[in-house]
Amino acid sequence: FYLTPPQVNSILKANEYSFKVPEFDGKNVSSVLGFDSNQLPANAPIEDRRSAATCLQTRGMLLGVFDGHAGCACAQAVSERLFYYIAVSLLPHETLLEIENAVESGRALLPILQWHKHPNDYFSKEASKLYFNSLRTYWQELIDLNSGETTDVREALINAFKRLDNDISLEAQVGDPNSFLNYLVLRVAFSGATACVAHVDGVDLHIANTGDSRAMLGVQEEDGSWSAVNLSYDHNAQNEHEVERVKMEHPKSEEKSLVKQDRLLGLLMPFRAFGDVKFKWSIELQKRVIESGPDQLNDNEYTKFIPPNYHTPPYLTAEPEVIHHKLRPQDKFLVLATDGLWETMHRQDVARIVGEYLTGVHHQEPIAVGGYKVTLGQMHGLLTERRARISSVFEDQNAATHLIRHAVGNNEFGTVDHERLSKMLSLPEELARMYRDDITIIVVQFNSHVIGAYQNEE
Amino acid sequence: AAGMFLRLLSDLQWRAAHPRWRRMTGSQRSTSTTAEPHPISLPAQAQVVICGGGIMGTSVAYHLSKMGWKDIVLLEQGRLAAGTTRFCAGIVSTARPVSIELKMAHYSNKLYQQLEQETGVQTGYMKTGSISLAQTQDRLISLKRIASSLNVMGIPCEIISPKKVVQLHPMINIHDLVGAMYVPEDALVSSANVSLALATAASRNGVQIHERTSVSHVTVQKGRVTGVETDRGRIQCEYFVNCAGQWAYELGHSGEEPVHIPLHACEHFYLLTHPLEKPLSSSLPTIVDPDGRIYIRNWQGGILSGGFEKNPKPLFTEGRNQLEIQNLQEDWDHFGPLLSALLRRMPGLETLQIMQLVNCPESFTPDMRCIMGESPTAQGYFVLAGMNSAGISYGGGAGKYLAEWMVNGYPSENVWPLDLKRFGTLQSSRTFLRHRVMEVMPLMCDLKVPRWDFQTGRQLRTSPLYDRLDAQGARWMEKHGFERVKYFVPPGNDLLDLDHSKTFYKPDWFDIVGAEVKCCKEAVCVIDMSSFTKFEISSTGDQALESLQYLFSNDLDVPVGHVVHTGMLNEKGGYENDCSIARLSKRSFFMISPTDQQVHCWAWLKKRLPDDSNLIMEDVTWKYTALNLIGPRAVDVLSELSYAPMTAEHFPSLFCKEMSVGYANGIRVMSITHTGEPGFVLYIPIEYALHVYNEVMNMGQKYGIRNAGYYALRSLRIEKFFAFWGQDLDAFTTPMECGREFQVKLEKGMQFLGQEALLEQKQNGVYKRFTMFILEDHDTDMDLWPWWGEPIFRNGRYVGKTTSSAYSYTLERHVCLGFVHHFDEKTGEELVVTTDFINQGEYEIDIAGQRFQAKAKLYPFSSLFTQRRRKDEVELSGYQRE
Repeated sequence: FYLTPPQVNSILKANEYSFKVPEFDGKNVSSVLGFDSNQLPANAPIEDRRSAATCLQTRGMLLGVFDGHAGCACAQAVSERLFYYIAVSLLPHETLLEIENAVESGRALLPILQWHKHPNDYFSKEASKLYFNSLRTYWQELIDLNSGETTDVREALINAFKRLDNDISLEAQVGDPNSFLNYLVLRVAFSGATACVAHVDGVDLHIANTGDSRAMLGVQEEDGSWSAVNLSYDHNAQNEHEVERVKMEHPKSEEKSLVKQDRLLGLLMPFRAFGDVKFKWSIELQKRVIESGPDQLNDNEYTKFIPPNYHTPPYLTAEPEVIHHKLRPQDKFLVLATDGLWETMHRQDVARIVGEYLTGVHHQEPIAVGGYKVTLGQMHGLLTERRARISSVFEDQNAATHLIRHAVGNNEFGTVDHERLSKMLSLPEELARMYRDDITIIVVQFNSHVIGAYQNEE
Repeated sequence: AAGMFLRLLSDLQWRAAHPRWRRMTGSQRSTSTTAEPHPISLPAQAQVVICGGGIMGTSVAYHLSKMGWKDIVLLEQGRLAAGTTRFCAGIVSTARPVSIELKMAHYSNKLYQQLEQETGVQTGYMKTGSISLAQTQDRLISLKRIASSLNVMGIPCEIISPKKVVQLHPMINIHDLVGAMYVPEDALVSSANVSLALATAASRNGVQIHERTSVSHVTVQKGRVTGVETDRGRIQCEYFVNCAGQWAYELGHSGEEPVHIPLHACEHFYLLTHPLEKPLSSSLPTIVDPDGRIYIRNWQGGILSGGFEKNPKPLFTEGRNQLEIQNLQEDWDHFGPLLSALLRRMPGLETLQIMQLVNCPESFTPDMRCIMGESPTAQGYFVLAGMNSAGISYGGGAGKYLAEWMVNGYPSENVWPLDLKRFGTLQSSRTFLRHRVMEVMPLMCDLKVPRWDFQTGRQLRTSPLYDRLDAQGARWMEKHGFERVKYFVPPGNDLLDLDHSKTFYKPDWFDIVGAEVKCCKEAVCVIDMSSFTKFEISSTGDQALESLQYLFSNDLDVPVGHVVHTGMLNEKGGYENDCSIARLSKRSFFMISPTDQQVHCWAWLKKRLPDDSNLIMEDVTWKYTALNLIGPRAVDVLSELSYAPMTAEHFPSLFCKEMSVGYANGIRVMSITHTGEPGFVLYIPIEYALHVYNEVMNMGQKYGIRNAGYYALRSLRIEKFFAFWGQDLDAFTTPMECGREFQVKLEKGMQFLGQEALLEQKQNGVYKRFTMFILEDHDTDMDLWPWWGEPIFRNGRYVGKTTSSAYSYTLERHVCLGFVHHFDEKTGEELVVTTDFINQGEYEIDIAGQRFQAKAKLYPFSSLFTQRRRKDEVELSGYQRE
């Protein structure tokens, strides 16, 4: 069984999406040129999610990747909801009031986000009312709390993450009279998701990370070479600080059982996540909710199973670690990706492959005959060769797709091996997960000119 | 460098010819570009100022001065023939699909041939012939169609086999060819030198030529050109001619009153090589390989080869003026596909050495035809530009027609297809032009089948019903920016296939249109005809009636509520427009004209209506949606919707009345259908359009109503022998020549424009006659379909060409309309065409070289008229050009 190159391409390109920030009067005022994103499933259905949106009431753009586990429900919910929580957290008091008044009087709402979605990125229609009510409660509280201070992005991100996780937990405890929704909120709460979110506004780049997805900055050195700068820390057993943190939060008696086989309580790889109430609720609460819940939940062995050595919950938090970075002209792009990519590729290779892809256009100098003696046949051969080269470089119109092609198809020499690519992509569903994880990538390209101009202003 | 070479060559000529302007400008011709002082100052005034010293400007100057106009100044911002003309490949090719273009090219060829003798300037004229290759049968058909029209014009031309191609040009690879067309008299020239020769002759005739003089703008007062402002001062003038090539658009926009000249430049590449080891003969024919998108000519023992790629590079969209076209970047990667095509066609050239890849911008227009004529807004402002890379082929003829236009008021041929006034401001958007020329340039080589449409720059003007009709399967074509329905694809048909069907034979929509026609004949159909041009003319007193009586040939002094079909004729009695005019009240008229008359008709009337503030003309095209209800049951639908009797007793034919339809009041209902079928056109204020349409469709259901498109309309009108302006009728056709004497009231009690010419014709007879032909031995399923422009033969001799054709679903035969002339067998002189002459001939129509027997008729089949009408009520008119 062998996939032809066009078949490989159609699989790789099925989920690719590109967005270019529109130019105004020929002058691009955004520090972001645009982004490419793509997903390659290994699970069926895929458990990764991605989101991208432009904030309409404040400045800036939000991008995020979400890696679900124990199902995709939580990742789906977070991908739909988190950016609204962030956007609301960033809104000034007056705008919040305006929005609340509009809802109160049934007027049209100010649009808060402009989404940039692939057709396959869906939003749950059924839950939108429920989600909206939770969000509204949140902004009502913000209005009541009116601190009068300008909103700090770092704080806004942390608050939004925590609040959403809290709402997910509460909605599951309260339940919903509609049986479909009731089951949905429980599935969301009992599954889990990591999140890695970027907020870009001018030269201010904030990364909020919960879990083991990763943000990486591609930097072009003066000699033209590419290097990678991490903008997030993985929250897993490999991160000493993270292990330390978990141990600090629980009694010394549990020290040995907290992290086993590099997993939290011997079960969970990421040390921070949304949902996963099994690691957050008390045993009584878990039992009560499951018993009063629908049969499907009761029949599910996973949800009923209480982690061993479960004494002092919560063991898990959704609180993100936020890193602020001031963009410089040499910062050319940002890669957000779930662990599916980072398991197969070193960040240094990622920086090089994306960097060369994005600048590849400029490597083809135009030909000039000048004073040389060139025959028509020679020229024809040269042009044919150039075309062939261009078409291999530009087989992908999308940096994320290009990266996935390398992640899946790279051989020992670091070049894409079509045979290997074909084999990996034609694995049957049940085997695919053994060889690779879901991969989700967003590549954000920055506008060095705009960033340079910002710098000069400061 | 080709440019350099040509420049050197022209320097040589320059000195040899000792032209007068050399002394006038005082500039020593050299390769240095430093500006030198101008010892001779510009004249303060002149009759004509021509801007642009390329092939167009010099050709206009040449012809004007030949026709006796002497007070002419030609201004060139750089040096003569230094723009596109300098880079032009120099191929004079007469194989053009449009008849007027063919005539221009033919004339150019004859002109250039004798130019060297006339002026003493070497033009490099060489009669090499040209061979157009066909890689497919469809391409061969299109070549055969062109060959037919060349032959009847007396231009030698033959369809040849691939074997013959090798005999004429041994380097050609013929393995993929099915045939070719050979035009032995096509020629090569040095275009820059042709231009210099024309300038030399013009200069000898008194034309003053000033180089390094830029026109900044043209001044217009009270709608007339008064002068030009240049960087060297002002010249007062009566006439201005914009021959600024690719800068014509910008120059048109530089004045206070913009003149819209819709053209846009694209980069155009051609390759020059060193000579072959055994240099190519300079008499080898030029090769045109449209399927490979390239042309190849011999050049200095080597070759010159360029083409029209699929992905053109438009440039100067934002407008970037510069003194001369600097050498633009060569782009080999871009030229790659054309180079492949070249080596495929001439594999022997592999080892030939490259000299240069020339990048020479060419200007293109929205419809692939050049632009000439007078501005609709500024009298005396003439334009000649937008040559779509055929400047050297058209240069002579185009300059001649424009000169005639200026001197006589009209050119000697029908140039409506090239008239600036076929465009309006709507084609002048830079975005539109940029997108459209990117489609036009590849189209130069694409196969053009009957009824192809442009794909870019669409959905600009639409009816309010556009979305409704589109959702019901409408397929669209465009006219003057307006989307019109061709036909409706019934649900379940393979839409994609239909859209892509390209054929010279029976098209896929045959049965679809057949069903629409049947419904028009038996029940009722609705066609959205909102695109028609609509004017309202009113006055406080009798001014409107008096003016219109003079400008139109029929009698407009009819009772209020009557509709009159009438021609808007020129002095020679020819149709400038063909329209329907409803008398709304004693003092106001509603005038309906073809879609593309919007600019021309407006300009014509504006120029001739008295300057009277009590006489008001308004363009109300955008205010009304027009629904044409065609068919015997239209009466029933309308009377049910309006609670008014609509039968012939109450609402006779050619009648107009404002009434209510559904809830909507003030709907202008006219009992005309433009097809000869019974029915009504509703002129609906646009905000009621959807309502009325819905009401009509709902009410019509029980009468079997359905949507229909223009293809059905065309079939109906052609089988009824209705002539449409722009297609069948033009400024060189009079009512007498197309059986419309009844629309002329020679005795209406007052003079009207064209009256004298018509009176004379009435006395002396006509020299051509509009005739209907029914194809006899034509197999609709198997044979090539007629389109228009097919030669007509009478007793084996050429007598004219068809102007439109359609399949008649009623007669189950093809019907062609066209003009029959009577050429004297010996002298070729045109003789009077009598009814007997028409009736006593055996006719054949030539479709791509194959002749089909045809029966000529001067009157429509009366049996087709199912409704009884009074003779003078018979609606014998239509307008729409296809």
